[in-house]
Amino acid sequence: MRIGIPDDGGPLVPATPTTAARLVGLGYEVAVAAGAGAGAGFPDAAYAAAGASVVPDAEAWAADVVAVTRAPASLAAPGPAALRPGAVLIAQMSPAARPELLAELADRGVTALALDAVPRISRAQSLDVLSALSNVAGYRAVVEAAAEFGGMFSGQVTAAGTTPPATVFVIGAGVAGLAAIGAAGSLGAQVRAFDVRPEAAEQIESMGATVVRADDAAQQVSADGYAQALTADQEAAALRAYAAETAGADVVVTTALVRGTAPTTITAEMVAGMRPGSVVVDLAAPGGGNCELTVPGERVVSDNGVVVLGYTDLPDRMPRHTSELLGTAVANLVQLGTPDEDGRLVLDLDDVVVRGMTVARDGEVLWPPPPVAVSAGAAVAEGPGAAASGAAPAAAAPAPARARRPAGRVVLLAVAAVLGVLAVAASPPDQAAHFTVLALAVVVGFYVISHVTHALHTPLMSQTNAISGIILVGGMLQIGSSDPVVTTLAVLASAVASINIFGGFLVTHRMLGMFHRGGAGEGSGR
Amino acid sequence: MSTGMSVESVVQAVYLVAGVLFVLSLAGLSRQETARRGVLLGMCGMVLALAATVALALVRSERPVGVTAGLILLVLLVGAAVGTWRARTVEMTQMPELIALLHSFVGAAAVLVGFGSYLTEPATPGAGGTVHLVEVFLGVLIGAVTLTGSVVAFGKLSARLRSSPLLLPGRNWLNLAAVVACGGLLWWFLTAPAVGLVPLLLMTLVALALGWHLVAAIGGGDMPVVVSMLNSYSGWAAAAAGFMLGNDLLIITGALVGSSGAILSYLMCRAMNRSFVSVILGGFGAETGAAAPGGPVEPGTYRETTALEVADRLTAARSVIVVPGYGMAVAKAQYPVADLVARLTARGTTVRFGIHPVAGRLPGHMNVLLAEAKVPYDQVLGMDEINGDFPATDVVLVIGANDTVNPAAQDDPGSPIAGMPVLEVWQAQEVVVFKRSMATGYAGVQNPLFFRENTAMLFGDAKEQVELIVQAL
Repeated sequence: MRIGIPDDGGPLVPATPTTAARLVGLGYEVAVAAGAGAGAGFPDAAYAAAGASVVPDAEAWAADVVAVTRAPASLAAPGPAALRPGAVLIAQMSPAARPELLAELADRGVTALALDAVPRISRAQSLDVLSALSNVAGYRAVVEAAAEFGGMFSGQVTAAGTTPPATVFVIGAGVAGLAAIGAAGSLGAQVRAFDVRPEAAEQIESMGATVVRADDAAQQVSADGYAQALTADQEAAALRAYAAETAGADVVVTTALVRGTAPTTITAEMVAGMRPGSVVVDLAAPGGGNCELTVPGERVVSDNGVVVLGYTDLPDRMPRHTSELLGTAVANLVQLGTPDEDGRLVLDLDDVVVRGMTVARDGEVLWPPPPVAVSAGAAVAEGPGAAASGAAPAAAAPAPARARRPAGRVVLLAVAAVLGVLAVAASPPDQAAHFTVLALAVVVGFYVISHVTHALHTPLMSQTNAISGIILVGGMLQIGSSDPVVTTLAVLASAVASINIFGGFLVTHRMLGMFHRGGAGEGSGR
Repeated sequence: MSTGMSVESVVQAVYLVAGVLFVLSLAGLSRQETARRGVLLGMCGMVLALAATVALALVRSERPVGVTAGLILLVLLVGAAVGTWRARTVEMTQMPELIALLHSFVGAAAVLVGFGSYLTEPATPGAGGTVHLVEVFLGVLIGAVTLTGSVVAFGKLSARLRSSPLLLPGRNWLNLAAVVACGGLLWWFLTAPAVGLVPLLLMTLVALALGWHLVAAIGGGDMPVVVSMLNSYSGWAAAAAGFMLGNDLLIITGALVGSSGAILSYLMCRAMNRSFVSVILGGFGAETGAAAPGGPVEPGTYRETTALEVADRLTAARSVIVVPGYGMAVAKAQYPVADLVARLTARGTTVRFGIHPVAGRLPGHMNVLLAEAKVPYDQVLGMDEINGDFPATDVVLVIGANDTVNPAAQDDPGSPIAGMPVLEVWQAQEVVVFKRSMATGYAGVQNPLFFRENTAMLFGDAKEQVELIVQAL
């Protein structure tokens, strides 16, 4: 089959000479429109050297598989008009926002794969251009801010005096936010960052920034890795934190996106409270902006001289690397669809990844896809999803089995409960009291242990082992018996049980002595 | 008598305090920050409980108090001497064996206490007597199963016994027959008080055999679950002893330990995507032999690398994840590994550890070894925390891990470990596998990871190889 790379006029191109060579290696014929890679610094000759043919734009559009960075505004435009029915179009499509485009693609009979609709599961990460582009945008945001800011990011000591480092405040520690933290830190700035998701604090710290805490604004850990909308109380607390932080910051990078829409994080009042010459970069500008002064796509200067950047094309401003990332994602996608490396693209709609990306096929609009119940962080749920790619029937099987289990468990529990009640009822009253104690202790045990971290399982086990040496109590009480046989048995029992107690406690203590947190000095050892 | 009463009531009050301290101790052990306090609380609880018990034993003593006191002192001295010696000398890599061995001690004590209890209070007529007999019987039964089961687990973990599962024909029927036999013996035990010792002894033998067989049928790969299951049993044995002696402290403590062991076993089974029943019934690792002929034949080409090459890769890498397994423990490579990681971290490379929940022979085993080598615990992440980070990682060092990084768990529905969550190391740029040879892992399953394009094999002793890499840096 033939893969066409048309020239969409922008600086980006979804195939570099390197990825074009990969596509050729998968058995495809690759046709690149003349000048398609010029904006990203890839001359036609480089494509030709990689085994691709350089063709006129219309011919690239007429290929069996067409990859562009963004879906065209309309299929009626001169280039896209050449897109053939039955062809596969790979592009970023914003499927949620452009139903008319999806209808048009379906009418044409085009199979459309949206690069920006990749399900957020671990296996699909190599296809995820959204997070790759966010990464680029976060980096570029800092570069833009550094260019606008009238000072140096890192503190300097010169003959004529010292300058303090710049303070950069990052709102939202998603992919873009973390990239911005990393870039600003590398330039030497003091970076502070905030995110409403409590699990992000660790990531912020891992990038070397200081976490700004607003405890009242913290959310529960989210199930799918995305932030959720805040309650009124949380929002008020978050805004207080933003106001305090922006007032002291030289550069503010705001990246807050909640389910695709941009909440307001920086009010006009907060901008008024910032020092003149400070810079706000609003990465949420495509969604309307986090800052009240943001004009999407524009540079605005506030009355008090604060620069507010609302550029929506940050990834396009680094065309070389952005194109490389896009090209790699496209090549990974094509590789996924070419299991036999024979140059034939086979789309398996039973694969949740392919299904999620396919927004139109055979005249039908397939958006939105059925939900994939997978958290971005939890790899445990990946098992069934990965199995689906290999064998569709196998994937269907576990579900009913899992559904059956609770019912069986309820029956078992009920039987156990009935037996337990009968046993207690048949016992003398003083035994019933013991059963009460047993039941309560079991419940306490369950609750106490359920929250143990994996890392402490071994110490926990040796500690419970030491504690179960309590059977020594039984042995010691029998030692005083007048029967020499009982005394002998009791002495033996007590001896082994006391080895257990001493050994268990000491070894637990020794183990825990070795655990220490990084930077908190050395562990006390043995 | 009045002094007796007051000692009894004081002892009960102290027992209550000790029980609460044990609960707090286990609660403390759930987090790193409070873990040490947890151990100390447990020790305090134990000291209180034992002091109270000594007082009670002396008050109740049927022979001269001095003799009883001497025996108790002797017992405690023996326990302190042997226990302290073992705790100080044990290597962290041998921790699983030690814990299994200690479990068997609890089982042995439960059996002995059960017999002692039967001999001091032989059958009394009435419902109370019957209940007591049932308690004795159950206590001895659980204790005996724990005893031999733990001994076998100890043997397998310390390589004194073969780790492959022992598969007798109709093994599940054998287990069932043992349980039925115990039921029959219980009936005999209750109905023939005159010869009660005979059925009790017979049952003990059957239970010992049952414990032996149950654990012998479980493969080495499932040992983490087995150890925590035996931990649970030892708790139930203590609780049963509490019932027969009418001692609430034993019941509380036994139940705490029993339920905590059960929870740990359940968590671990979930981490391996196996049902608890299938682990208990054993035979895991045996299906491989049967499945292999029908299964896919592995492509047999792998790429070998050298310590120098790996050192070069690491120098160029910006992010590295180390995935240790039992092989690191065997080679005692944790110190050079920690040294390597410290050097890389000092160069500015991001280095983290990825730990599979069932890596090693005991849950959390790897964490203990790395802690021993002074790796900060916040650099050591669990599977769920780190799995998403592999695609952005330059080099993954797999040191002595095999089944926990096997892509067949996700790709091959016919694999015996299909569906087990694994560390997705193959998504990294490059994977270096430290291994002795091309042999299979504990589960006996071939690992397609070794034949991947981005995988390089580094054969030889893990410790020596890591030391070579450190030198080359």
